[in-house]
Amino acid sequence: MNMHVEVAATVPGAAPVATDAPAGDLDARAKRAAEIAGRHADAVDREGRFPAEAVAALKAERLFGIQVPVSLGGEGASMSEIAEVCAILGRACSAAAMVFAMHHIKLASLVTHGQDSAWHAALMRRIAGEQMLIASSTTEAGIGGDLRNSLCAVEAQGTGDGDTFRLTKEASVISYGAQADLILATARRHPEAATSDQVLVALLADQITLERTSTWDTLGMRGTCSDGFLLKAEGLPLVQVLQKPFAEIAAQSMLAASHLLWGSVWFGIASYAVDRARAFVQAEARKKPGQVPPGALRLAEAANELQAMKSTVVAGLARYEAAKGDPDALSAIGFSIMLNNVKTTVSVQAVDIVQRALSVVGILGYKNGTPFSLGRQLRDVLSAPLMINNDRILSNTANLLLVQKGSGKLLSA
Amino acid sequence: MVEISDIRDVLKSLESLKGVVDTLSDDDDLFEKGLDSFGSVQLMLALEERFDIEFPDSALGRRSFSTIRIIRDTVAGLRQQEAA
Repeated sequence: MNMHVEVAATVPGAAPVATDAPAGDLDARAKRAAEIAGRHADAVDREGRFPAEAVAALKAERLFGIQVPVSLGGEGASMSEIAEVCAILGRACSAAAMVFAMHHIKLASLVTHGQDSAWHAALMRRIAGEQMLIASSTTEAGIGGDLRNSLCAVEAQGTGDGDTFRLTKEASVISYGAQADLILATARRHPEAATSDQVLVALLADQITLERTSTWDTLGMRGTCSDGFLLKAEGLPLVQVLQKPFAEIAAQSMLAASHLLWGSVWFGIASYAVDRARAFVQAEARKKPGQVPPGALRLAEAANELQAMKSTVVAGLARYEAAKGDPDALSAIGFSIMLNNVKTTVSVQAVDIVQRALSVVGILGYKNGTPFSLGRQLRDVLSAPLMINNDRILSNTANLLLVQKGSGKLLSA
Repeated sequence: MVEISDIRDVLKSLESLKGVVDTLSDDDDLFEKGLDSFGSVQLMLALEERFDIEFPDSALGRRSFSTIRIIRDTVAGLRQQEAA
């Protein structure tokens, strides 16, 4: 019964959930998917393969469409609700959680900016109905990870009507590009456009060719399969190009969704590590009643930092939910600085927390295949400060701080 | 009085726009013409220096800097406030 009370409390207005939504609230659905993800996480990591079982479970639980508005066949889930699912998955399999987060980051762009385009509205209906997996192609050879610049361009084809286009992109990274049903790619608006005059193009898997140019063999996050590809599309309808400037899409939905959902994945990883450390210390304490185990102090520090990390993510989510739908608030400089700070802060905290937890559980954490193993989590979370390098983000913040004034208030922006 | 030509002068000092300023109409979206977030901060700094004003946080949105005409209006409004 409790479950139904929770649905009402956490999913306001979502009563007419898609008729085929699985049983239970989002938490219950996420936990079932996480259980499957966790079972295969070590194999995914060891073999550096796509978390296919986890993704199949996420589709079975219909979690890929939750962000799509109810009017388009989804469940209208909020960023906070999606963040909670990311954290639940992050505890089980970082790669599966990251795939889920990246999918919803792209979907946020469609939901925020694509609803007035009939083609993109129909696409969202398909995403909810068919549980399509969306990948992102922003990184490009010659540009690197600089989201806000592109070299490749949308080239209108045909002399007369010009209603189709061609796109060739040297995409040096497309996470799970080979497994995605849909890729949202950045490109210059036309071949003469400035590198920062970008649009977002929706490309269905069966409309493009992908030639693999590099393989993702990494320290951690091995299951995201972020291979490099030469992406080619030819003769596609121009309606698939979102006409809104990508600069606005990036500022108003993508950056916020990225930092908040990644932060939630990292929180999941860190909270799992602290739970392992806590279980370890409690077992020690039970063995020697009357004594405080030596790792207890380190555990207290890790728990302390986990709480600070959680507060930062939750405050960021609250600021986002409050600003949502207000383009001025979302593109304000103070808002960008806040989001940048969330990312740089929690990405460093997550690494630190997992390392502290490892020092608590000691050799049993260092060793693979024990109930306290934290090697995979540590390797995975080390990507956090590098995935959009914190130095790049700090430089951006430093630039913005040249003009920001700040309110000095505690409870408001 | 803040003239459109004053704003154009300031824009010409920006790396990201200096080549195209003369081709811009007063209502072209500068962000579509190559202004990026780094450039927009440099633009704000240049305007603050040139017109001896300070943009409040509320004026630091994208919209206040999207076209030459809007920049002129924003700057003129701030100058009036500071004079009052």
